[in-house]
Order: sequence, then C-alpha cells, then structure tokens
Amino acid sequence: MATTAEGFQAHTEDEHHDADHKPGFFARWFMSTNHKDIGTLYLIFAICAGIIGGAISGIMRAELAEPGIQILTQAWPLGASEEGFDAALHHWNVLVTAHGLIMVFFMVMPAMIGGFGNWFVPLMIGAPDMAFPRMNNISFWLTAAGFVSLMISTVVPGAAAGSGAGTGWTVYAPLATYGHDGPAVDFVIFSLHLAGAGSILGATNFITTIFNMRAPGMTLHKMPLFVWSVLITAFLLLLALPVLAAAITMLLTDRNFGTTFFDPAGGGDPVLYQHLFWFFGHPEVYIMILPGFGMVSQIVATFSRKPVFGYLGMAYAMVAIGVVGFVVWAHHMYTVGLDVNTKMYFTAATMVIAVPTGVKIFSWIATMWGGSLEFKSPMVWALGFIFLFTVGGVTGVYLANGGVDDVVHDTYFVVAHFHYVLSMGAVFSLFAGFYYWFPKMSGRMHSELLAHIHFWGFFIGVNVIFFPQHFLGWQGMPRRYPDYAEGYAYWNEISSVGYTIMAVSMLVFFVNLAYAFIAGKRAAPNYWGEGATTLEWTLSSPPPYHQFETLPVIEESQGYHDHRPAAATPATS
Amino acid sequence: MVFWAAIALALAPQGAFAQDAAEAPVAEAAPAEAAAAPAGDAAPAAGGYEPLGPEWIKGQPTAGGWDVQDQFSPIGDTASGLHVGLMWVMGLICIFVLALLVWVIVRYRRGANPTPSKTTHNTFIEVVWTLVPVLILVGIAVPSISLLSDQYESPPEDAVTIKVTGYQWYWGYGYPDNGGFEVISNMMPEDEAKAKGLPALLEVDNRMVVPVDTPLRIQTTAADVIHSFAVPSLWFKIDAVPGRLNERLLTIDEPGIYYGQCSELCGARHGYMPIAVEALPRDQWEAWVRSQPGGSVGDEAEAAPAAPAAAPAAEGGEAAPENADGAEAAAATN
Repeated sequence: MATTAEGFQAHTEDEHHDADHKPGFFARWFMSTNHKDIGTLYLIFAICAGIIGGAISGIMRAELAEPGIQILTQAWPLGASEEGFDAALHHWNVLVTAHGLIMVFFMVMPAMIGGFGNWFVPLMIGAPDMAFPRMNNISFWLTAAGFVSLMISTVVPGAAAGSGAGTGWTVYAPLATYGHDGPAVDFVIFSLHLAGAGSILGATNFITTIFNMRAPGMTLHKMPLFVWSVLITAFLLLLALPVLAAAITMLLTDRNFGTTFFDPAGGGDPVLYQHLFWFFGHPEVYIMILPGFGMVSQIVATFSRKPVFGYLGMAYAMVAIGVVGFVVWAHHMYTVGLDVNTKMYFTAATMVIAVPTGVKIFSWIATMWGGSLEFKSPMVWALGFIFLFTVGGVTGVYLANGGVDDVVHDTYFVVAHFHYVLSMGAVFSLFAGFYYWFPKMSGRMHSELLAHIHFWGFFIGVNVIFFPQHFLGWQGMPRRYPDYAEGYAYWNEISSVGYTIMAVSMLVFFVNLAYAFIAGKRAAPNYWGEGATTLEWTLSSPPPYHQFETLPVIEESQGYHDHRPAAATPATS
Repeated sequence: MVFWAAIALALAPQGAFAQDAAEAPVAEAAPAEAAAAPAGDAAPAAGGYEPLGPEWIKGQPTAGGWDVQDQFSPIGDTASGLHVGLMWVMGLICIFVLALLVWVIVRYRRGANPTPSKTTHNTFIEVVWTLVPVLILVGIAVPSISLLSDQYESPPEDAVTIKVTGYQWYWGYGYPDNGGFEVISNMMPEDEAKAKGLPALLEVDNRMVVPVDTPLRIQTTAADVIHSFAVPSLWFKIDAVPGRLNERLLTIDEPGIYYGQCSELCGARHGYMPIAVEALPRDQWEAWVRSQPGGSVGDEAEAAPAAPAAAPAAEGGEAAPENADGAEAAAATN
C-alpha cells in the first residue's frame, strides 16, 4: 500500500513542503483538489447561476407588471425563437422552469453546501482538507455540466409550441412525457442526473469528513452548529436524491423506451411521479435551508459575543426537522385526490415541523438576549433572516392545513410562502454568510456601508415583491400564469416595482465586491473580534493553502463554543 | 357542443336580449329580490335560456383585494372561519417575534449592554417554547381535521353529477345523469368579453351551469395532461388527472356566476382555460338542461338516452370518443 501511495505522490521527499505552495492556474482551478479552491469555484458558479436565474425573474416580473402579453413576444436569448403567440406562452413556461431549477440546483445548493460547506467545514473541524479531495472536484464539475445541460435544454425543441422544457421545475408527468415531444425534457433530466450525482458524491464526502477528520477532542457535541447543519444536510441529500434519480429515470424511460410508469394508458399513474418527486422534493427544501440555519447560528453567537443558547436543542432541532422532513411530502399534493385519512395525516405531520423550527427561532433570540449586540453586515442579514423566515414559517403552518390549502394551492400564496423561506430565508442566510466569511476567503474587507445599503435595498425590495403575492394568492391568482384578469393587476404592479428595488440593491452588492478587491483593506485573521471563536478565526485571512498541518486540539475544558487554543495565538500563519 | 350552443343562441328571440338588459338595473338595485327574478321571468323552454349577465357575478378577484374571495358554499363558510383564525395566529406570532427582535436590538445593543451574559441554558424556558407551540398547533389541528372530514363527505345519492374533463386547453362539462351531453367550455375572446361587460380571461363561451342549493357530485379527470379545476369563491380545487376520477361534493348557496382558473401547469395556454360556474335556481337549470342536445331531467333520462348520438360527429375533436361510447351503450340497451 505504501509504495503504491508513494507512486502517486505529487511531492517528492526532497521538495520543500510549503503550506502555501500552489499549483499553476490550470491545475489549480480545473484539476483542483483543494477544498478552499473548490469552495471558491462553487461560489463563483453559484453567483453566475444566480445572475441568470435572477435575470429570468426580471423578465417574468416585467411581463407580469400589467395584464396582457407584452414582453414574451419579444425575442429572448433563452429559447423562443419561434414566432407566434403560443410560442410566447410556452416560452413563459420555459422561463418558470429554468428559474426554479437554476435557483434550487445551481444557485442555493452550490452556494450553501458546495461553497460555504467546502470552505468552512474542514476549517471549523480543524481538518486539513475534505476526506476525498478528487471526488470533491468531480462533484463540482458534475454540477457545472448539469448546468450546461439545463442551458442546452432551453434551445432544443421542447413542446409543440416551441423550444425548451416548459414543465415547471417539478417536471410532472404527463406534461413532461407526451406533453413534450422534443429532447428538451431529456436534457433537463440529464441535468438533474448530473447535478444529483454531484450532490450525492459531495454528501458522502461531507459525511466521511465530518465523522473521521474532526480535530482531536472535538466530539460531535462540540462541533460548531454550521458543521452540524451540513452533516444533517448531507444525510438528507444522500437519502433523498436517489429517489429523484429513480423518478426522473422512470420519466426518461417513459419518454424514450416505451415504459408506462406514469402513463395510465399502460397501467401507470401520473400521481406516482408526484409521490416520488416530492419524497425527494420536501427534504430538498430543508437541504436548502439547514446550512442557512447553521450559518445564522454562528453569526448570531459571534455578534452577540455569547455562546449559542440551547446548543443541543439547536442541533437536535435540525435533526428533527430533517427526520420529519421525510414524512410530510404529500402536502405538496393536497389537491391530487388523496383520500381523507392520508390528507389528515399529512396535515398533522406537516404542522409538527413548526415545533423544532420554533425552537430554533426562539433559541436565536435567546442567544441575543443578554448579549452585547454589534450590528455588522452579517448580523443585520441574520436578523433579517430570522424575521422573514418566521413570516415564511407561519404561512407554512397555514398551508399545512389540507382543507384550508384547497383555496390557495397552486396560487401566488404558495409562491409568496416559498419565496419567504427561500428567496428571503435561504438567500438572506447566504448573504449573511457571505459578508461573514468573505474577508476570510479573499483576505480583503468589504465596505460595511455598502453592505448595509445592500441589505436595506434587498430587504425592502423582496418584501415589496413577495408580500403582495399573499394577497394575490388569497384572491385566487394561480401560479405560472403569464397573463391575468384585471382584478389581479393592482398587486402585480406593486410586486414588479419591488423587483426593481431588489435589482438595484444587487448592483450595490457587485460594487461592494469590486471595491473589496480593488481597494479593500487587508483582513486580519479575526476581523470580527472576540465573539468569533471557531477554528477558522485562528487562521490567517485568507488561510494558508494547506492548513492545520499540526492538528489543533480541543481540550476537555473547552465546550462547543470556544475552540481557540488556550494561548489564543493563531495555529498557523 | 359549441355547435349546439351556437344554434341555441341563433334560435333565441332577439327580444330576450332586450328584456334581459331591461332587468339589469332592477337586479342591481335590489339584489335580494333579483335573486328570484331569473326564475320567474325566463321561460323554461328550449332556446329560452340566457346566460346570466355581469350583474350576477359573485366570485371573482377584486382589484387590491387582500383577503380570500367572498364564499358561496357551506365548505367555504367553514373554511373561511378557520382561515380568519389562522390569519390571527400568523399575525400574532409574527408581531411577537418582531417585538422580541426589536427588544433585543434596543436593549442588548453593544452601547446599552457592553458586557454579555454567559447564560446558555434555561430548561424551563426551553420546555415552554416547545410546549406552547405544540398547544397552538393542536388548537389549529382540531378544526382543521374536522374541516377535512366535512370536505370529504360523500355526495348523497340524488346529487347532480357533473363530470369535469380537462383538455389542452379547455374544459368539458359532462352531465351523465341528465342525458350524458358534454358542454365544451373555451375562454371567451377578450374583446367579446369586454363588449359584454364580463371579465376578460375569466369568462367562457359556455359556462358550467348547475342548480343552486343542490348537492353536486363533481368528478374530475383529464384527457391529456394534468389540469386542476379550481373556483376560489367556492373553496373548491381538485386536480383533473388522466386515468383517475376524482370526486368531491360541492353545494352552491346562491345563484350567480363564480369564476375560476386551471390551477395545474398544463402547457402553453395554461393561463387561458378559465372556469365559469353559473348557478341557477333548480327549475331554470332544468330548463337549461332540456335545451341541451339530449338533455333530460329525472326519469326522462332513461326515456331518451340515445338522442345525442348524432351530435358528436358535427363537432369532432376529443369529445367524440366519449359520446360515441355513450351512444354504443345506448344502442346496446335498445
């Protein structure tokens, strides 16, 4: 074994081993085995995908600003080269589909797990890298290839009305089978297979890393909550994604090889697809939010200068959310014709999730209670997260009621709900994490002023976009409509104004990035001060290319909160 | 059935339009009396049916409306009660959390509290914030579960059956208890709707006409992809899934027009297949049924089952096979 391993060693014995020795550009960024570089790749990828997904929502809000079809009849880069009204309408469905898939699979997930997970799980547990660095690399490139496949799907023939897959991100059969003759849906399926395989590999990597590579003395109950959140997320990915893979493979064979899993003409059932999809799909929404919970816990503790309140409760609340998240999927299907007992069960089970979620909200507030709060940019985003996630959470309890849901199912109320928990929950936690760790990753400080302007613009913008959508939903406006009756015009116009506010705030974000790289001050190892107590703050900013060559040791006397060595000097520099 | 509706319209005496228009102001002035008006005035004869005018619209979105539409079904009344309760719960929880956040922001900002406490646990408060939400949820679950059991009440045997079929991109309303005719319902062109004072994108050429105050056995299915039959003002939504027949009880309290829209993504024209339910007093509804090709009420249904057999050929399209089956069955009986 030893000889084989030596044969593959990049460094020979006579070469001086330097913690900061970096490979050349191509090898570093295209054949990367370094968790920090791969994390950076994931973050850049997620930002690019986010720009595309956000631009698509801009087209959609422009179209919905007033009744009638105005924007879709124009030529757009993604699909819709065909002439005609139906082509414009189909193009709308392609935009809806692309927006959902991009934001879920290629923005939130890569940023949360691929980006921050890769960067900070090894740093926080005191590990030199991930357990399987090469697998880490293939995870990223599979995800990137999945994105390419999704982009291709928008320009190849889809349905009779035009190119691209207009199935919604859920890709329901039979709209995705005999409703879409062209290969666009096959490219979407391939895209999900690639991204799914990448995520499964990433999940195994995180589980192995967290179970085996924690610093000596760091028991599971001493791990930072962000690491806990990524560990639970990895398990959800590992259990949920294979079910999606099965569902879309069956879809693929229904489309191309004459099977009839979801076709009643051959004894199949379209509702079976929905069960399989949502068995994956519901854990998926927790996959998107749990790492955000973890980040917010770190940030709130840091800027309160207080350990997280009820650490074990916080960790096991996430475990509970993950477990219960697997047994509530059919609340996405309340109107398909479930029988009454099924609907009662899913109503009750879904509401149970509010309990551990409430524990988390109140524990964050209790962490701040008695603390010494400093309102740096990560903290304001985290505070915004806590409030907006609460709003999205209570509308979730509303929707959990199967009987009440009948009036708002598949309306804008649902759109408002899941954007409050994702576009405001997940995205606020992403920006909180980004401002928290950006100087650590880049070595440059961003502008606090610009970050606060970004926050207020984004906060006001997304609320103006999405709060009126609750009203639209209660008034009955269905989702995925490019056009609407006069009665829905009022709130839609306001919602579109909100998009403009949000978009301007995003410009501030990019200006801030440019500022940091051009003129930002060099970041100290621990630029947030004494509240920041996890292991990444013991390293330089940016950390050395290979960190923790001497493993940090967590003493018996140290708890879950403060992992700095007793001497409080950086372990490596 | 577009064909037959066109004939019915053509046969309708022009005077009927004028009469209807003359009644409109009365209806607006005294809605309570007006509710009975169409029953009394319209002649229950073939060709005598006139679609209700805009003054009868009860279920539609209102500009700037911020709550659910007014409800016109028993389930809607029960459910909107729970809806109001839930709004209070949601509002109070949000205000409570916001108040706590504002309090910690003001009271525990660094300037006001430079030395943080070291408190990390308090078993009592943790038990409280676990148990109190549990109690609130139980409080919600009890009426919620009872609402569900109301919604799933089986339609009585004498309920009027309407088989709703979703097509890309229109609706078919079959009346299997009343001669088995099927009404094909397409969106009314925007200009026509506006000219008639009806809401564009919600109005249809042929409405789903039903009797008021009568249990309706709504069955939904689809001929191509999944659609969803939804009427917000009746608290009613059930998917139309190919290969499945979903059934739900619906009762409408008042005569009127109730709009809805397809609520499951079904392809390009998903946004252009609205639903318009027209609830009429029983006798007027029966008149409408008799005006339909092969339409019959009660025992008449058995007397003349084969009447519509010739009709489908004229219109072609997806509706044909189903009616052809009906014709075959009728032929076999004979």
